[in-house]
Amino acid sequence: MVAAVFDSLFVDAATFERLTGWSMRPEGLCRGERCVPVAAAKGRVDVRAFADRSSSALVHDAENGLWALGPESGGRALASATLPELELPQVDGEPFRMSSLRGTKVLLVAWASW
Amino acid sequence: MWQELRAALRPKGLEIVTVALDSGGAIAARPWIEAAKADHPSLIDERHLCDELLGIVNVPSGVWIDETGTIVRPPEPAWPRRPAFADREPRPDDPPLRAESIRVVRGLRYEAERYIGALRDWVERGAASPFALPGDEVVRRSRPIPPEVSSAAASFALGLELHRRGQPERAAYWFGEAMRLQPDNWTYRRQAWTLAGPDRERFYATDWLSEVKRLGAESYYPPLEL
Repeated sequence: MVAAVFDSLFVDAATFERLTGWSMRPEGLCRGERCVPVAAAKGRVDVRAFADRSSSALVHDAENGLWALGPESGGRALASATLPELELPQVDGEPFRMSSLRGTKVLLVAWASW
Repeated sequence: MWQELRAALRPKGLEIVTVALDSGGAIAARPWIEAAKADHPSLIDERHLCDELLGIVNVPSGVWIDETGTIVRPPEPAWPRRPAFADREPRPDDPPLRAESIRVVRGLRYEAERYIGALRDWVERGAASPFALPGDEVVRRSRPIPPEVSSAAASFALGLELHRRGQPERAAYWFGEAMRLQPDNWTYRRQAWTLAGPDRERFYATDWLSEVKRLGAESYYPPLEL
């Protein structure tokens, strides 16, 4: 999971899924086969309850009324060897899904201009 | 930097995808991508999603992914060749700090030959290559996430958001928290120092050169575990 910033502790489920990858299902918030038993009231996710039950950090900037949710702790960055779904823009802004390269070996290289 | 290797290995079934971990987005990364005349997908990761999804803590880092979408080597230092800046000599007229920085950069670990040799073997032999790791080993070698690393990621995300909102001083507070909580994450550090620009010394008590000297240049990139 990736860290995400919210301006409320109750976030609509669609926004929560877009920012974190966790989606609402009858059994709770799920990502792949992993589910965290958090109920959504009126389609909104209780971010604090999710953080508590998933051992994810929840950091608050009181000056700006912002909360940031960290990834689940206690495991490793890769919970399995399956590449997580990853969609990022190309330099021209066009979205690119890594899954479009299935059938080909890939070397992914992370770099930076800084 | 990767285009030459890509041209050689694309016919053998390897695609190279570069991802710029850069909150400055395409504006910051485009000059390098255009200079490289890259044919391969060149992606932009403004939120540093790959840092957390894959456990990347420094650049350049390479991840091998097989035809089924399975990671067969987790992030590790990846150089296509020994970079030219690694062999630069300080000039007599270089200011002392610049000369020292050049000397430290020369002392970093660049294992390009071993890395590319292993990559070529995997491209040729696929799963039969000894460099393609089983899934449990890939997971074991990926970065652990103790609670403080989760807090570091949340703090870094707050820093990026506040910088985007035009609050560089408040952003620096959260970037500082991320650095304190996960001191071996160089992507956090280097991104934050760059974003601070001329305010870097006001916001932060340390810098890249001081930290690498404290750590020891040879430890900045860990040895490849091939």
